Amino acid sequence: MMLNLETPKKFRALVHQARQVAENVFRPVSRKYDRDEHAYPAELDMLAAIMDGMNDGTMGEGAGAGKLKAERRHGDGIVNSTNMSTVLGLQELCWGDVGLSLTLPRQGLGNAAIAAVASAEQRQRFSKTWAAMAITEPDCGSDSAAIRTTAVKDGDDYIINGEKIFVTSGERADAVVVWASLDRSLGRAAIKSFVVEKGAAGMEVVRLEKKLGIKASDTAAITFTDCRVPAANLLGSADISGAQGFAGAMQTFDNTRPVVAAMAVGVAKAALDRTRELLREQGIRLNYRHDLKRCSHMEATLYRYEAEWEAARLLTLKAAWMADNGQPNSTAASVAKAKAGRVANDITLGCAGLLGDVGYCEDELLEKWARDSKILDIFEGTQQIQQLIIARRLLGKTSAELR
Amino acid sequence: MAKDIQGLGLALASRFAGSRWAEKYGLRKPAQRLAYLSTRSGFRLAGQLSARRRQPSTSAANDARPAAAQNADSRSASLFDLSLSEEQNLIRSSVRAYAGDILRPAAAAANEQGQPPQAFHQRLMSELGLGLFSVPEHLGGSAPHYSPVTSALIAEDLAWGDFSLAVTALAPLAVANAIVRWGNPAQQQRWLPQWLQETPPLAAIAVQEPGPLFTPGKLTTHARASRKGFQLDGEKTLVPLASSAALFLTAAVSEGRPALFLVPADSRGVQVSPRPAMGLKAAGCGTVTFSKVTLDADARLDDGHFCYADFISLGQLHWCALAVGTCQAALDYLLPYCNERRAFGEPISQRQSVAFMLADMAIEVDAMRLLTWRAAARAEQQLPFRREAFLAHTLCSEKAMQIATNAVQLLGGHGFTKEHPAERWYRDLRSLTCISSGLHL
Repeated sequence: MMLNLETPKKFRALVHQARQVAENVFRPVSRKYDRDEHAYPAELDMLAAIMDGMNDGTMGEGAGAGKLKAERRHGDGIVNSTNMSTVLGLQELCWGDVGLSLTLPRQGLGNAAIAAVASAEQRQRFSKTWAAMAITEPDCGSDSAAIRTTAVKDGDDYIINGEKIFVTSGERADAVVVWASLDRSLGRAAIKSFVVEKGAAGMEVVRLEKKLGIKASDTAAITFTDCRVPAANLLGSADISGAQGFAGAMQTFDNTRPVVAAMAVGVAKAALDRTRELLREQGIRLNYRHDLKRCSHMEATLYRYEAEWEAARLLTLKAAWMADNGQPNSTAASVAKAKAGRVANDITLGCAGLLGDVGYCEDELLEKWARDSKILDIFEGTQQIQQLIIARRLLGKTSAELR
Repeated sequence: MAKDIQGLGLALASRFAGSRWAEKYGLRKPAQRLAYLSTRSGFRLAGQLSARRRQPSTSAANDARPAAAQNADSRSASLFDLSLSEEQNLIRSSVRAYAGDILRPAAAAANEQGQPPQAFHQRLMSELGLGLFSVPEHLGGSAPHYSPVTSALIAEDLAWGDFSLAVTALAPLAVANAIVRWGNPAQQQRWLPQWLQETPPLAAIAVQEPGPLFTPGKLTTHARASRKGFQLDGEKTLVPLASSAALFLTAAVSEGRPALFLVPADSRGVQVSPRPAMGLKAAGCGTVTFSKVTLDADARLDDGHFCYADFISLGQLHWCALAVGTCQAALDYLLPYCNERRAFGEPISQRQSVAFMLADMAIEVDAMRLLTWRAAARAEQQLPFRREAFLAHTLCSEKAMQIATNAVQLLGGHGFTKEHPAERWYRDLRSLTCISSGLHL
């Protein structure tokens, strides 16, 4: 055994492939879909086929949202598995474009939810389904226990009523994983998630948001009016006696937060790389030799960004490594997400700010990355929610004590 | 000769296995295992121990270990892996226990008196066996190979007890590490066994020179070739153990390039003056001047592959590792305090402004640790590590100070007094951006 924090050799091919996609598929159309906000990026269909091929074929263990789950502890030995490969792959894809990565078919957050809490039968049934995730409502964001959408049992079905917003890929996905309460008087214990397939009567996409960034990704508002869903589409157990259901749903985040952190790491790297390229043309090179006191402000800033970027990257890998090896990683996942979210926002905004007109104008992608990155410090739990989770864990506080 | 040297290491290992620390912390079994591992290169202790008490049958299996272990090493080295080896975990638990029970309680007085407690270095040897972990097996120590990772872990855990005392403890070992890394076999034979003695030599690395724009890349200290060897002239500052060290590993320009020289403190022309600073009080930092100091030809530490930039990076990393430990200590200290301290009818930890500062501390300590570990692991794997060390130092310098100032802040007015260790950590951690060397993983 030997302490090793380098990217595992076995994922080099995957990383390389993801980088090729980022560079040759995403970057060329990055500006196009930023300008044309709600147009469907047809280029991605071809890509989905490639990704399926990657998952089913050469990569063996695969990668992607649908493969994320906390592994059981292995008898002996350490593994680098799907959590890590997904993190590494997404980081590269988001170096290309965050919005396009988010709208990759069958890589939805809903797929991660299915992977985390579904039964074996459900997992099989939804294996080819592209699933979006619907949690947030007009009157509740971070406080996901306060949702008002209801699901009422009626024979072999549930009837869902409510309104969901900020559903990433809500229009394009084949299905939406909807969080709803079986009994609002019972609080979080009664919150369950349901797979509602596209075309279900009573489900309607009522609006697509116009956003600051990640415009290539559709963000939908969806209403459910007496929407009938088979009871077999309730993910996990219908039991509301314990807090298990909600906790199960929240577990999804232990696996997806490192992925969002990886997305942040990717877009930050894009900004750093391009900034260095542009400055090299101006004769500024980083050699990691001078201490910060003796170099220019521009160089010192870039060194600092790079150190912060490495921190975000390594914290992300740590959280994924823990998940791969069956270690409880809830805190580590939040640490990674908190750090990567803010660092990516700082770096992308900072790089745009350092470069004057070049950073600010649309002929470079720097201004776009500075807009795209903001969402990464918000969705999957805001910076402040991550800090709450970390602090509660450190201090041994309940959510009632530390609010 | 060789037997005597190994005998020394053996004696030290047994002392550690039998030390009351091992007893007190339930580490006797682990300590035996450690003692066993520490001499696995060949002899001897296993046999002796099994004569005294039943040795688990694993020892037979372990005899055949080296080849298999190497294979396992090369296989797992290709995986991302944050787990530490059994030996490293054993070392960590005993060092952490020592740091908590010996260093932490002694820190305030050491700070006041500007020196470590009596027989500090001797006790580190006899109770912790610290020298063992740096000196390689073939010279009687327990290090299977040069291990910057293990050194970084030791630094982290010692500094969890106290930063300044950890610097005091490690300054001489840093010299040993540098000799292991850069010395030729004759120099290693001559110097390293001294670190296994009951009274290990006090020694320190001297790189930094006075002035606000000092950078290790531009030394004014010179070692000119002379008939007998070298003549050394220059001034070094912020040298730990300045008044007590018997040996200075000094950086000087020689034939146009930076090089290291082993300079006995009692050489003619060496002058030492104390130079107290904001913190690091126990380490007794001072200025050392060299005027026309005559050195033998073999005073130059050189195995033919000396790389000054790597030498500086390993110094930076040692400081990073210390900072990680002390920042972790600050966090560990503040969590219970903020839970107990009440204001406005509830624990202050239930206020987000307080809780979020603690969350940030936890985030940044872990970030500091991962960057430091990565750079040290790359150094150990003989990969390029200058960039990684530089970035680790950049991050640690900034975050350590932020954590230290927040630690005082969270304790409020009490934090400003010497009632708590936070004000000391605050003064100590300021050193990271002010000090350019003095240590070496």
